[in-house]
Formats: sequence, structure tokens, C-alpha cells
Amino acid sequence: MKSGSEPDSISLQFEVERLHARYAHALDSDRLEDWPGFFTGNGRYRIATAENEERGLPLPVLYAEGRAMLRDRIASLRHANIYEPQRYRHIVSGILLERDSDRVVKSTANFVVIRIMQDGATMVFASGRYVDRIVVPDMLYEERVVICDSRRFDTLLAIPL
Amino acid sequence: MLERSWPAEGATRVPYWVYQDEGIYREEQQKIFRGDTWSYLCLEAELPEPKSFVTTFVGDMPVVVTRDASGALHAWENRCAHRGALVCMQPRGTAERFTCIYHNWTYDHAGSLTSVAFRRGIAGKGGMPADASPESQSPQQFRVQSINGVVFGTLSTRVPPLETYIGPEILTRLKRVLVKPLKVLGAYTQVLPNNWKLYMDNVKDTYHASLLHLFFTRFRINRLTQRGGVFVSPDGAHHCTYTEMVEDKGDAYEKDGMRSAGSQSFSLENAEVLDQADEFGDRVSIQILSLFPGFVLHQIRNSLAARQVVPKGVERTELHWTLFGFADDDAAMTRRRLLQANLVGPAGYISMEDGAATGFVQRGVAGSPERASVIEMGGSTVGSGDSRITETAVRGLWQAWRRHMQV
Repeated sequence: MKSGSEPDSISLQFEVERLHARYAHALDSDRLEDWPGFFTGNGRYRIATAENEERGLPLPVLYAEGRAMLRDRIASLRHANIYEPQRYRHIVSGILLERDSDRVVKSTANFVVIRIMQDGATMVFASGRYVDRIVVPDMLYEERVVICDSRRFDTLLAIPL
Repeated sequence: MLERSWPAEGATRVPYWVYQDEGIYREEQQKIFRGDTWSYLCLEAELPEPKSFVTTFVGDMPVVVTRDASGALHAWENRCAHRGALVCMQPRGTAERFTCIYHNWTYDHAGSLTSVAFRRGIAGKGGMPADASPESQSPQQFRVQSINGVVFGTLSTRVPPLETYIGPEILTRLKRVLVKPLKVLGAYTQVLPNNWKLYMDNVKDTYHASLLHLFFTRFRINRLTQRGGVFVSPDGAHHCTYTEMVEDKGDAYEKDGMRSAGSQSFSLENAEVLDQADEFGDRVSIQILSLFPGFVLHQIRNSLAARQVVPKGVERTELHWTLFGFADDDAAMTRRRLLQANLVGPAGYISMEDGAATGFVQRGVAGSPERASVIEMGGSTVGSGDSRITETAVRGLWQAWRRHMQV
């Protein structure tokens, strides 16, 4: 944390943690329609794997550019794609911030996503890092890169991480 | 060997025990994956320089694929001649030689044992007898052949050369996509909760595509009313299906009340993920090609990928996806391929449902090993045609499987 006085840093840390928490609660409680609203108008969302990142390979597991594409993803989940009912539980922690500019703060956070199927089967579905660029003071993701620790995905990835 | 018998109906029935039986699984490893078939190993683009290697699987068998100092390709079982440990533990890289960490036995790029630590002992004590032959347990070495940058291997000495194995009709469709040096865009694994053959018959099932996948149908990417066709190799083993880009204005799905036709109000706000450049100049929007036993090559618009089917037990399969473009792709084409990556893989608008559907079959048939699925669309024969309202390629898969398994 390079910038600002100590009280400002604490307040920014608090704001970012609250953003991450609101994001996670929206997905975990099936408020998927709220998801695009966590991003700026042309915000980018990308799910990647640590392996591809380390190899310098650009392939996303899921990629959306701008709120229209984010809304399309949710519309498709609601109206087109077939998948077994399931829920996530996000655990987000270890949030580190770094000032990029007056307008943008960079955040890195650990996550674990537990997936609960309708019959109760529960598994650690994904773990990794959120690497974010957050616009302040709006507190919107300009970019959220979800870097999964594993290259393996069980059955399918429907709900965003 | 098998005590099970095939249903009297023959080609139009597939009994459910084929997806459930441990004994069948073990026999498949021997008679199919280690038998008279060619298996996909990797892309040459993953072995860009001399002395590079990747590890992969042929059925259950761990395999190392290498390019030696002279540029030649090799593949060999990733098992030390000594005690059977994995020789190579890294997924990819470059190496001067391969040394088993357990007792330091060493192999060259062809998988030949070149050194046994302290083979003659030290100062006249210890070591192996002069007539010992540890080489007798050396890792098995594959015959390796590559077609336009896609590498295959076989342990069989009897199976014909790769191009003969594939046959002219399917080979032409394979080479249609592999027109230039490839560039890997990335890879991931989708873990499927079902027997490997359920995935293969899903791939070969041209009948399901536009019925299960609303995304196909709603956006008229692939409707059975659009022009297209199916090719099946004469032995049934391999297949290729394609659909042309021509927009379908029909309403057959709406008239029949298909779920996949969906509500008319559903559309994409940003359809850039579907924006296709006709890069092969033949207006084909989708081509799905499979080679027996476990390889799939797809072109879905400008998304290109190799899918490798890796069985991991009776009820578990790993699908290793490697998405690629061409080495000379410009920035706009790469961006197009990366956007269209949204169509495929575990989060694919189109592909995600295949994992769900095949898992549903595995669970649905749990109590009925002696019952059978009905594979009768298009009759009971195996062959090519211009209709995709057929299960001809699925029957082909089972014709090939039964021949290898002698059942």
C-alpha cells in the first residue's frame, strides 16, 4: 500500500473487501442478474488457469468484455444452457491492495469456491486468485481475472466464479 | 472372454453394461488403447524445439512424447524398466536425458535405457550379474506418426499406417482444418462423470446437437434443417460431420415445439462471440471429426481444438482440450478465436451441456445393465449421408468397438 495516509488506506481496504463480499454474496445467492453491475460499462471478466498464465498462453475458460457480454452470459444460463441445479459458496481472503493511479486500485485476493449440488454433494470446485483493477471511488471492476490454481474443471462451469 | 451377450437387435441397440463393467474397462485398455488403434498424443507445436518433451496418456498408460536432437518424434511408456516408477514427472519442458528419480536409471529421447546406476557395482562389490537383462523390462516404445502437426502413436505392429487407418474420406476432412503450422492458445481439462464411451457417442451423435444445445438452435448456428452432412469411415470407427454457414429461415423446430427453439425473445446483446471469418473458404460453420478410439478435432466457427479422451476408470473420463490457431494468425484472428473460446470447454455456451447429458446417462442406467439404448435414427446401417437426423456414426462407433472387443 503505497498511497495516502493510514486512515485512507484502511478505508480503501474496507471498501474493496466489501466489494468482493457483495460480489460473492450475489453469486452465491443466485442473484446472477446483479453480476454485470459489479463491472464498469466496458469492464472485462476472464477466467484463466495458472498453467496457461505461466506458459504465457492467452486461452480463457470464459471471457467477457463489457456489460452486454456479461448480461449475455447470464441470459444464456437462464434461458439456454442446461445444467443441474447447483450453488456456490465463495470464501475470499488475503486481500492485498496496490495503488495503480488516482482512479484505479489493484487488488489480489485468494478464493475458494465450494460447489453444492441439489442432492447435497459438496466439493471444492475451484481455488485461485482474483486479480482485479477496481475503479475508485465507484468501486466497480474494470477488470477481474480469475486465475484458477488447477487446470481441471469438474463436469462444467456454469455459474461465474 | 466376455460373458455378456449383445442384444438380438444388433446394431440398433447398445447394452448399458458396456458403460459399467470393470472387466470391460480392463479389456478395453488392452484390446483398444494398447491394441490395433492409433491414439492422439499431442500437437507438434507443443514440441517446438529439439530435446523438448510433453507427457500424456494412451488410455491408462502414462506416455512421454519427445522430439530428439535431430528433430525426430518419439513416444514411450513413462515407466522405468527397473521398478516401474514414472521416469518423467514434468508435464513439459526440454531435457538432455530422462533420469528416473528413484534409482537414477537413465533414458534417451527415444525411451531407450542408456544407463543403470552402479550396474557393475563399486570396487568389484555389488552391481548386477553380467548376464542380467534389465532392458527386457524397458518402457514400451510407440510407432509415431504426425499428420500436419498432430501427433499420433500406437503400440501395435499390425495396425496400418496412420493415413490408411483414418481412410481417405475422413483424412480429407482432417487436412481441411490442418492447413498451416499451428499455434497453441492454451489447454484445460474437463472431468466428466461418466464412462469414456458415453463422451464418444455424444460426439458422434449428430441428432442431439441442435436439440440439447439451445445455443446452437436459437442462433441458427447448427440446425438439422441447415445444409450439412455426415461422413463415416467404412469400418465405422471414425466420423466427421459438418454444417454450412447458410442461414436457415425455416421454423421446423418451432412447429415441432422443440425446447431448444426456445423463446423468441432470447437473443445476444453482443453477438461478437459468433462472428465467423470463413478462413477455409468453404462456408463450413462447424465441423466435428472423431478418430477411434478417443480423439476429436473441432472447428466451431473459428474456434479450433484437439480434444483427447482419457479414461480414468469405469465412471470417470478426462477430456483434455488444447485450443489452437495458426502461427500466422494476426491480432484480429487471435481475438476472434479467444472470444469464440466462450463456445467450448467446461464453460462453453455449447459444450458445457455435453458433460451434463453424458453424466445423466451414466446415472440413469445404474440399475439396468441388461437394458439397452435405442440407436435407430436413420435405420440400422453405418454410412455417410447428407442428413444429420441419423445415428449412423454412433452405430459406427459400436461396430468398431465390437470388432476390437470381439463381442
